[in-house]
Amino acid sequence: MGAFFFLPLLLVLVISFASRGTYGGVEWSFSLANYATVADPLYLKIFLHSLVLALVATVLCLVLGFPLAYYIARLPVRWQGVWLLLVMIPFWTNFLVRTYAWIFMLRTEGLLNSLLIGSGLIDKPLEVLFSDTAVLIGLVYGYLPFMVLPLYAAIERLPRSVVEAAWDLYAPAWAVFWRVILPLTKPGVVAGCILVFIPSLGAFITPDLLGGARSMMVGNLIQHEYLVVRDWPFGSAVSFVLMGLVLTGLMAYLRTEETMNKPGEER
Amino acid sequence: MSRRRAWLLGASLADLLFLYAPIVVLIFFSFNASRLSASWRGFTLQWYRLLAEDHALLAAVQNSLLVGLASTFVATLLGVCAAVGLERVPFKGRKLVEGALLLPLVIPEVMMGVSLMLFFALVKVPLSLVTVTIGHAAFNLPIVAVIVRARLRKLDPTLEEAARDLGATAWQAFRRVTLPLLMPAILGSALMAFTISLDDFIVTFFTAGPGATTLPLKVYSMVRSSVTPEINALSAILVLVSMSLIASSLVLQRKSPTQD
Repeated sequence: MGAFFFLPLLLVLVISFASRGTYGGVEWSFSLANYATVADPLYLKIFLHSLVLALVATVLCLVLGFPLAYYIARLPVRWQGVWLLLVMIPFWTNFLVRTYAWIFMLRTEGLLNSLLIGSGLIDKPLEVLFSDTAVLIGLVYGYLPFMVLPLYAAIERLPRSVVEAAWDLYAPAWAVFWRVILPLTKPGVVAGCILVFIPSLGAFITPDLLGGARSMMVGNLIQHEYLVVRDWPFGSAVSFVLMGLVLTGLMAYLRTEETMNKPGEER
Repeated sequence: MSRRRAWLLGASLADLLFLYAPIVVLIFFSFNASRLSASWRGFTLQWYRLLAEDHALLAAVQNSLLVGLASTFVATLLGVCAAVGLERVPFKGRKLVEGALLLPLVIPEVMMGVSLMLFFALVKVPLSLVTVTIGHAAFNLPIVAVIVRARLRKLDPTLEEAARDLGATAWQAFRRVTLPLLMPAILGSALMAFTISLDDFIVTFFTAGPGATTLPLKVYSMVRSSVTPEINALSAILVLVSMSLIASSLVLQRKSPTQD
């Protein structure tokens, strides 16, 4: 049964070493040329851009998600379920619909601009849509629940007494957070970051609909190579580099989880 | 203490506002009488009426339902087999199959889409609703398998043992004891698979041939070309449908005869 996923993936790997035929087919030969092309500054820039956007989105999700997760984890148990459900509900909405909602809000004649102009705060509409800012908003909006849930799980397990002890010992607020809460909830932080980072890195719909010509991410590059340029071997090479990045992140996560779960090493 | 709580509550409410405002605004403006402006011009249902008259859209809905039902059936059947096989039948290479099963949950969806497309191109199967169905079954299988397996793990193994002691064959014990106990998880995961299939865009985008337009593909082309109140109305309906589907899936998964 596993063949169902392995076979196609293997195919992508094999084709990534082949070359493009004259009419867009695949010419069977072996070369590393496609991987060399990935290293071209033009494409490296797209990878770098995707990495930066995914990282910023992850950090934003962490900053926005932490207070929410902390608040939920400290509520009476019967309210926790309600709040968690509230966090999850938007996530169950069709991704295209959620992305369209932001087009509706951010476009030049959109709600945001008419509100801002109507209130006299600005006189020229902000050009937010089709920019990196819009892509970031879309990514954070799409993946915030992925951050909140593991954070909540980690904070819920953090004993209140530990935090109270830090306050009692006159630790300043930043120290309570930085030296007590954060280290003790690290597994949740790492899990949340991975869960946001991976889909952000491979995002396709968000940059496609909210981004401009210069906000291209790896997902768009793959789609472009496959369906527009029809250079399947190069598209495959790009996909494999992307998958390599994702799996590296995943390995790093599993590694940290293993060391953190080792008995006797718990702080 | 209370000032800190107030600060946390404020930040949390801001988060919820961020999560809900776009959806609420979207639905609100699906009732707006003005076609172009983002300001309120009175209540109307005309955009919903226009949707009901859009034949291309209705055909896409039909395609989506077809693909959803067929792929859910396949994914559920194979997913339950995979869950039972992994949990109850010891065999060589189990770890490998386990890993392979989880792979689709972590690899980028775009990658899943292109690999399936290449696969179909090389085995010379023309892209159609059938290939879309196979693609959907492929990414839904592990979801069903994971949910059913979790339930299987929680079942009391002595129940099946008792059935065997009382003379039931392995198949009878499974069919009459284990399967009914698994039913809530199976139905719940099937409903979830159906919802995901209805919502899927990326894998469909790569595996759909000409004429095989599903609802998300139609929505995508509408969204790309313009912003219209019809899309708002369609979005409102989609929000409602996926939420009720997921809600029933959760209710089913939570309901269990053993009450654990």
